[in-house]
Amino acid sequence: MSKRLVNILVPLISILLGLIIGAIVMAVSGFNPIDGYVALWNGIFMDTYTMGETVRQITPYIFSGLAVAFAFRTGLFNIGVEGQLIMGWLAAAWVGQAFELPAVIHVPVALIAAAAAGALWAFIPGLLKAKLQVHEVIVTIMMNYTALHVVNALIGVISGGEERTEKIHESASLRSDFLETITDYSRMHWGFLIALLAVVIMWFILQKTTLGYELKAVGFNKNASEYAGMNVNKNIILAMVISGAFAGLGGAMEALGTFENMSKLHASTGIGFDGIAVALLGANQPFGVLLGAILFGALKNGGLNMPSEAGVPTEIVSIVIALIIFFVASGYIIRVALERFGKKRKEEK
Amino acid sequence: MKKRKFGLALASIFAAGSILAACGGGEEKEEKTTSDSGTTEQTSDFSVAMVTDTGGVDDRSFNQSTWEGIEAFGKENGLEKGDGGYDYLQSAAESDYVTNLNSLIRRDFDLVFAVGFALHNAVAEVADQQQDAKIAIIDEVVADKENVASIMFRANEASYLAGVAAAKESKSGKIGFIGGMTGEIIGGFQAGFEAGVAAVNPDIVVDVEYAESFTDAAKGQQIAKRMYDSGVDIIFHAAGGVGNGLFTEAKERKAKDPNANVWAIGVDRDQYDEGKVDDSTNIMLTSVLKRVDVAAQEVAKLAQEGKFPGGELITYGLSDGGVDLADSRGAISEETMTTVEEYKQKIIDGEITVPEQPEK
Repeated sequence: MSKRLVNILVPLISILLGLIIGAIVMAVSGFNPIDGYVALWNGIFMDTYTMGETVRQITPYIFSGLAVAFAFRTGLFNIGVEGQLIMGWLAAAWVGQAFELPAVIHVPVALIAAAAAGALWAFIPGLLKAKLQVHEVIVTIMMNYTALHVVNALIGVISGGEERTEKIHESASLRSDFLETITDYSRMHWGFLIALLAVVIMWFILQKTTLGYELKAVGFNKNASEYAGMNVNKNIILAMVISGAFAGLGGAMEALGTFENMSKLHASTGIGFDGIAVALLGANQPFGVLLGAILFGALKNGGLNMPSEAGVPTEIVSIVIALIIFFVASGYIIRVALERFGKKRKEEK
Repeated sequence: MKKRKFGLALASIFAAGSILAACGGGEEKEEKTTSDSGTTEQTSDFSVAMVTDTGGVDDRSFNQSTWEGIEAFGKENGLEKGDGGYDYLQSAAESDYVTNLNSLIRRDFDLVFAVGFALHNAVAEVADQQQDAKIAIIDEVVADKENVASIMFRANEASYLAGVAAAKESKSGKIGFIGGMTGEIIGGFQAGFEAGVAAVNPDIVVDVEYAESFTDAAKGQQIAKRMYDSGVDIIFHAAGGVGNGLFTEAKERKAKDPNANVWAIGVDRDQYDEGKVDDSTNIMLTSVLKRVDVAAQEVAKLAQEGKFPGGELITYGLSDGGVDLADSRGAISEETMTTVEEYKQKIIDGEITVPEQPEK
């Protein structure tokens, strides 16, 4: 088997395996797996409406995936993407409703505010890690909870005791009549272009700049980087801040596109945590994250249609989707196993 | 060797596929028979569906209540679950609300219920786009939309009665209230409860604490522990899943010491079963009922008769049985019950106006 063949076969086999095990789960639970998968497919591609909604679902996943992946490249495990994302969400929603500006300025200002809010929320664990060696996993996990409650309290303050902030002004919205018309009133918005741009930006930072080189070097070996004269602490903080900015932008997608406001959250949105899976699926590469987000978002959105069209309960849908993602993620294991096994045979010969 | 392995993989895939295909076939047949019998029984062509909030359809609270109401309506009219009958969709995240509402409307349900105040924006948005759809939202007002009916409950009235009962029954003179998230909905419960307590005995101070969650049972238990420790003997919760922590704490205390004077008051549904310690002991004093099922059934009936109250706000209170106290099953004394009935009559007659929001 040539390397190229392996590259194509591994993901295909893993998706197929996931689908098969998922089908077995459905069959055992007494549901028709074929109907289930047709419903899943229809939930992703049936008409322009569902396709628009799928893109909408994918957009924030790209950002949360990029955020996790970026920190990973510097050897940091940013579990706080969730908290950074909802801080960004609130910042964008507030800028969107509090000011009246022309759209050309309003949208960028709201985006910058969101990125800054996310960055600030990531700066704290970055600083603690750099100065006091406090492990970022603990701090970021805890800061998810603080973010949740801080945001809920701030929504109360901004809205004067209401459950949600006011709708953002038209000028800050990423939605457009054009997109609504071509996708039959789906909530798809221009944010997907910003997300694609972010993918390119991350690739550029990591591959084409000194900063990116240093960040990666710190990720590979902190001590060696320090010996080589790099400022490790500065790079740790920077990596967290940039990661947080990506997360904050993910929140802006919800604020300026999907919801156009922010409601008090009863629990985490889950986008930030799913971002960890997206980043792992994408092997922490910017374009890999894009593919991971597409798979994740499409399955999530398509899965919504399964209870509706095929009568498969939500719980089973979650299991099936998790299985597919599990097998795609373990594709790397399959590949490693294949290669190891292949090498051994060669040596024996 | 590679070829052999590849072949093996293919073979296993095909084998699995054929097994599954067999399963699938059986399913299909079964489904057909059920749908056949469905069409013969069908007597009405009015269909109704609901979208849950993130609590899910089995939340033992208002999602479940609404669904029970819809099921009752469906059975009454000989409808089948599914397209053209009655159905529900669960929302896993806030972003699912619009998608779920749209998908039910696209499946041509004549009336779609949106359960919970969290769906406000989703309903407002969908109502504008789908002018022909009829939507009813529970526990929230969506104003100025001709195709949206808003259903609200004067839960403060039933909470008032719970306050009266608690004040009469309390031996320690200390009563607790656990709220979910701060806001108007839970504020109504708190205001009514406090007013009811004050009406009987103004000296009793109600210990109020919000969990700022509707799901965190551990937090509920923590708050309940603190309150019981400080001498509180009756705690009323309006906090969804947080209340389960309160029940756990009360039951543990009762199990350890059968003479312990600890009581809880449930919310939304009759939570008597949740308070069971053993066959003879139960810590549930009563529950503040919100008959979402009754409301859902009634609105569905109105819509069926072509009298859908679009653009209107319908409130259910004590006078129409939309809210009430649950059967205490002997936990509340006869004497207290008489007092509660007196207050109930006064509220229905309009002699007492129950405050809607707590004083700040």
